[in-house]
Amino acid sequence: MSENLLEIRGLHKSYGNVEVLKGVDCTMKQGDVVSIIGSSGSGKTTMLRCINMLEEFQGGSISIDGEEIGYEMAGAQRRRKREKEIARQRALTGMAFQQFNLFPHMSAVGNVMLGLVKVKKMEKDAARTVSEKWLDRVGLLSRADHFPGQLSGGQQQRVAIARAIAMNPRLMLFDEVTSALDPELVNEVLQVIKSLAQDGMSMLLVTHEMRFAYEVSNRVIFMNQGLIGEEGNPRDMFHKPKSERLAEFLKTSSFA
Amino acid sequence: MGYTLNFAAVWRSFDDLLLGLGLSLVLAFGAILMGAVIGLGVAFALMAKNRLVKRPAAIYVSIIRNTPILVLVLFTYFALPQLGVRLGKIESFVFTLAVYSGAYLAEVFRSGLLSIPPGLREAGLAIGLTETQIRTSIIAPLMFRNILPSLSSTIISLFKDTSLAAAIAVPELTFETRKINVETFRVIETWMVASCLYVFTCSTLAALMRALERRLALPR
Amino acid sequence: MDMAHFLDVLWLARWPILKGIGVTLSISFLAICCGTVLGVFVGLALTYSKAPLRWIVRGYTDFIRGTPVLVLVLASYYVLGTVGLDLGPFQAGILALAVFCSSHVGEIVRGALQAIPKGQTEAAKAIGLTFPQTFAYVLGPQALRQVVPAWVNTAAEMVKASTLLSIIGVAELLLRTQELISRTFMSLEFYFFAGFLYFIINYAIERLGRYVERKIMVPS
Repeated sequence: MSENLLEIRGLHKSYGNVEVLKGVDCTMKQGDVVSIIGSSGSGKTTMLRCINMLEEFQGGSISIDGEEIGYEMAGAQRRRKREKEIARQRALTGMAFQQFNLFPHMSAVGNVMLGLVKVKKMEKDAARTVSEKWLDRVGLLSRADHFPGQLSGGQQQRVAIARAIAMNPRLMLFDEVTSALDPELVNEVLQVIKSLAQDGMSMLLVTHEMRFAYEVSNRVIFMNQGLIGEEGNPRDMFHKPKSERLAEFLKTSSFA
Repeated sequence: MGYTLNFAAVWRSFDDLLLGLGLSLVLAFGAILMGAVIGLGVAFALMAKNRLVKRPAAIYVSIIRNTPILVLVLFTYFALPQLGVRLGKIESFVFTLAVYSGAYLAEVFRSGLLSIPPGLREAGLAIGLTETQIRTSIIAPLMFRNILPSLSSTIISLFKDTSLAAAIAVPELTFETRKINVETFRVIETWMVASCLYVFTCSTLAALMRALERRLALPR
Repeated sequence: MDMAHFLDVLWLARWPILKGIGVTLSISFLAICCGTVLGVFVGLALTYSKAPLRWIVRGYTDFIRGTPVLVLVLASYYVLGTVGLDLGPFQAGILALAVFCSSHVGEIVRGALQAIPKGQTEAAKAIGLTFPQTFAYVLGPQALRQVVPAWVNTAAEMVKASTLLSIIGVAELLLRTQELISRTFMSLEFYFFAGFLYFIINYAIERLGRYVERKIMVPS
């Protein structure tokens, strides 16, 4: 049993012949806020999706609180766990997507309630109370009965974050949550994430917002060609990059 | 041309026409219910990765779409008994129309499923829903909304196709009309009333489907 | 079922069957041609004509589309005789199919014309084209690309609908088949064979349609 919240060992992932992750190692402790940066195609989103078993992976292991995610050994044979088990493990992590992915046929509160009712088997009334609490937390209690089509992109993303957090996950995964937003809507979403971080929520973020990564995280990981290129605290990473690659990347990104 | 319209004879047999129309509707709904089950199964098969599942489904759809329904109706009723499958007129027709509509509904369902963004399934997975829960709570309600317009036109054209049951003497609306035509010789009146009944029913079905569409429309 | 015996019978029956295919193809061809010409006018009237004419044409298409083809065929056959227009079943049937075809083509043309963004007409006006010029050089060619796939579909529908003429005694492929069956009692074999022939014809039309569609696609 390790004391690490998240432990990734030798993670390998390929699509056909293309190797996307070439043996990634990474650990996180309770309360850590880790940003993953890197150019597109470096494998950062894929890594995040593996943690939530939205992608299969061919080698290595991922554990949350010491519990191995997705696969188990049957003798010498590595095999995928049963779907029910994987569904339960997915609920250990919460995920917010680039495209929000709100269920368009449910109101904001309905979106948040769905997992509580179907997965946590809560009573509807209790689920509603919890959902409203979280909608209030992201500043959208007044929009609880609005449908996704009636909300702005920033509001939709905040509902999506509330939907994930309401499941009380051990770790929140944010996958480029501001990339699909109009510039003027980015800030309201970042504020919500920041305040969750201040409350001690453990989170792993893939982001292109360098300024935000710098401010919010206590550790930054730079991914490069399917491997971790460099990692450290944000101050060192952004001001004193050790590798040529990271220096190059920072120069072309918006961080000034 | 010296023909004066006289509807009296048609009105006397109007009950028969209405009974015929009732049977037409029963045939259509029986076929659609069975056809929807077939169509949903075939739609999933069409989207399967396994070629052994996909090919047969595609062949079924292609054969049905390229064969006249009258040939299928006659085949089931007159030819299948040779193979020992003996069905009554009505059962035989409903069965044929169900198999026929299955191919069209499969296409309707397939495009409905394809129009759902894959991200919604992933969002469901991410909060810990099982595949079955995702299908019932997310995919099915969204697909149903998506397909309502094309479902409406499929239902209407199936209702019209029930007229072919007249070819095997099922006493539905067209069969009754032809009977009254032959008995009364009020040719124009009979066919006028019958077409009006068909047109009226079709527009009622369309209006009902539009109302359902409006009721289920998502606020935006 | 004895294959060799069936092939013998089939060889003896080759002329009636070939004649039947010929009649089926001529019915379909004539109905498609007449129906398309009429349908283009219907489509133009639905899109561009002023109120009273547009209502009449709208009423016509809605009425035709709400009536089963079989009812159109039977009505055309019985009614035309009564009003003194003594057409044979062949002509009456083609008339019914052409009318049916025209309502479909009309809707297709209207849909294609209305799908063209308003900006196209405005841009054409801005460079000084008259309406006929706009139609000939800008709207028409764009609409055509939309129309072709749906039109090919309608053509296949017409081949399938031509089977309905067997019911009023036109000796097309299906009626020839039924005559053969009543002499040979080989219903399974001959219905299957007829279905196969229809499948071949429609499959060929479908393929041809895809080919034409690819040919006229705007590169993008």
